[in-house]
Amino acid sequence: MRLALPIRKKQVNRSFAGTFWMFVFLAAFAAFMALPLVYAINAAFKPLDEIFLFPPTLFVRHPTTSNFIDLMTLLGQSWVPFSRYIFNTFFITGMGVVGHVLLASAAAYPLAKHKFPGSKFVFAIVVLSLMFTPQVTAIPNYMVMSWIGFIDTYWAVIVPAFAFSLGLYLMKQFMEQIPDALLESAKIDGANEYRIFWQIVMPNVKPAWLTLVILLFQMLWGTDGNGFIYSEQLKTLHYASNQIIFGGIARAGVGSAVALILMSVPIALFVFSQSRIIETMTTSGMKD
Amino acid sequence: MSTIGTPTQPSVTAAARKPAVKTTSWWAIKWKEIKAHKHSYILMSPYMLLFAVFTVLPVIMSVVISFTYFNMLEFPRFIGWQNYSRLFLEDDVFLIAIKNTILFAVITGPLSYMACFVFAWIINDLRPKLRAFMTLIFYAPSISGNVYFLWQMIFSGDRYGIANGFLIKMGVLLDPIQWLKTEKYIMPIIILVQLWLSLGTGFLAFIAGLQTVDKTLYEAGAVDGIKNRWQELWYITLPSMKPQLMFGAVIQITSSLAIADVSIYLAGFPSVNYAAETIVTHLIDFGTIRFEMGYASAIATVLFTLMVGTNLVVQRLLRRVGE
Repeated sequence: MRLALPIRKKQVNRSFAGTFWMFVFLAAFAAFMALPLVYAINAAFKPLDEIFLFPPTLFVRHPTTSNFIDLMTLLGQSWVPFSRYIFNTFFITGMGVVGHVLLASAAAYPLAKHKFPGSKFVFAIVVLSLMFTPQVTAIPNYMVMSWIGFIDTYWAVIVPAFAFSLGLYLMKQFMEQIPDALLESAKIDGANEYRIFWQIVMPNVKPAWLTLVILLFQMLWGTDGNGFIYSEQLKTLHYASNQIIFGGIARAGVGSAVALILMSVPIALFVFSQSRIIETMTTSGMKD
Repeated sequence: MSTIGTPTQPSVTAAARKPAVKTTSWWAIKWKEIKAHKHSYILMSPYMLLFAVFTVLPVIMSVVISFTYFNMLEFPRFIGWQNYSRLFLEDDVFLIAIKNTILFAVITGPLSYMACFVFAWIINDLRPKLRAFMTLIFYAPSISGNVYFLWQMIFSGDRYGIANGFLIKMGVLLDPIQWLKTEKYIMPIIILVQLWLSLGTGFLAFIAGLQTVDKTLYEAGAVDGIKNRWQELWYITLPSMKPQLMFGAVIQITSSLAIADVSIYLAGFPSVNYAAETIVTHLIDFGTIRFEMGYASAIATVLFTLMVGTNLVVQRLLRRVGE
């Protein structure tokens, strides 16, 4: 089901001058977009004297890994072993991603492929929930968490992530393009709904899984506990790294190293999964 | 509900014959349908249960709490519209917050929406490898997470900040400017950073949408007298991408009304003279610092109404485009 990337070798209605200026325009903005990231990469390899050079430089002159070595030393000294922060982030991200992909796919399949009482209403509510951000519900959410007893546990971050609405929306839109004939033939062969879902539908929506995985990963990788986690030993990598970054001038170099490590992970994931994500997004449109 | 009319007709004749038993009422039919799809409900139930508990219920609770005085210790006390009247009539900072939020949204919303589309459109004409590379460059800021810190270094108030350093070196400035502590610079800087961060899911949806436009339409259009890329964009590309355009609009509008993190990290919390206060930062102030939960819920309810209202209006407008 991979989308064949179209190469329009001979494009109609394109003047050379137009194409040239469009490209210049694009390149200028690409430079603006990339500049801060390029700066971050360079800053991570700058020795301390170069960070505070006047006038400031963009590119590093004498690259060094001393920032990363300092970071290692710093990590060795933290009160909670640093590996604990890493474990916390990986645990939250892993559980959240797996749970979300399973639950959202299970809910998306009937919504995409069956018409039953309430299906339209349920989907309308999900679309409505795309229209506001979690900050709206932050206060009652805290109360709900405390009723359930999730405060100061991993679950306060993991379980709400299961019901992330953008994931269900994208998955449902993508599942709609699975041919009905495929499901019908499975039914005739005697498969029940659960088998159809697991053995026919799920293998056919791999690009959408991957998209959900990436979206959730980005969200959870950057989580600082959303205000639900207080115990130091449960806190996340993002939280710990903020502690380092906000350490002030003396930590400027180490801070850049941390920022570089943290941001390279989601970017690398995106590089590997770009074509699948784009494929999922082709079905993201809102039909009436 | 067109189903109401047809299924009741046989029941009329049945009722005429056997007046005592109403065989197939509307509810009976629905119940039958529900039973026939019980597997669908079972598959949906885990997700929907969590969705109800963590999204639907909190929205309802928020509206209810907004009519009470609630400090998390005592039981909430009903006070009617008092929170709202205080919000709009007495709270000067909230009026600043509303003004800033709307200003941010009016500028970053449409600009980021257009940027998403224009860049996706230009990128779409590139060859696949370059296209993948450019997509990455434009998308990377929105996924790189912890990047406010970079902008803090760029707009740092001393001579070592990039912006100050370059301007002093070029002779534009003599003394460094406290960018993030001067009221008139705070808003433009936040808008700039927000725009930089805003090419996210909507941008990807547009990239994907452009690839699905039927290629033969372009050739047919050329035959029918479309002369340049602008006409092609207006008459073929935009109408074919309407579903993605609607989806992108929801994403961009929602995020443009929720600006808070950038403001807090760059301008501080609270910002100088509330120059960067938004509805969300105001909500955080009352919800997590002052613990006036009733009042904070009123702010949340206003925000909810603003977000959903704007989205629905824009959806309605976009639906009309090209009809």
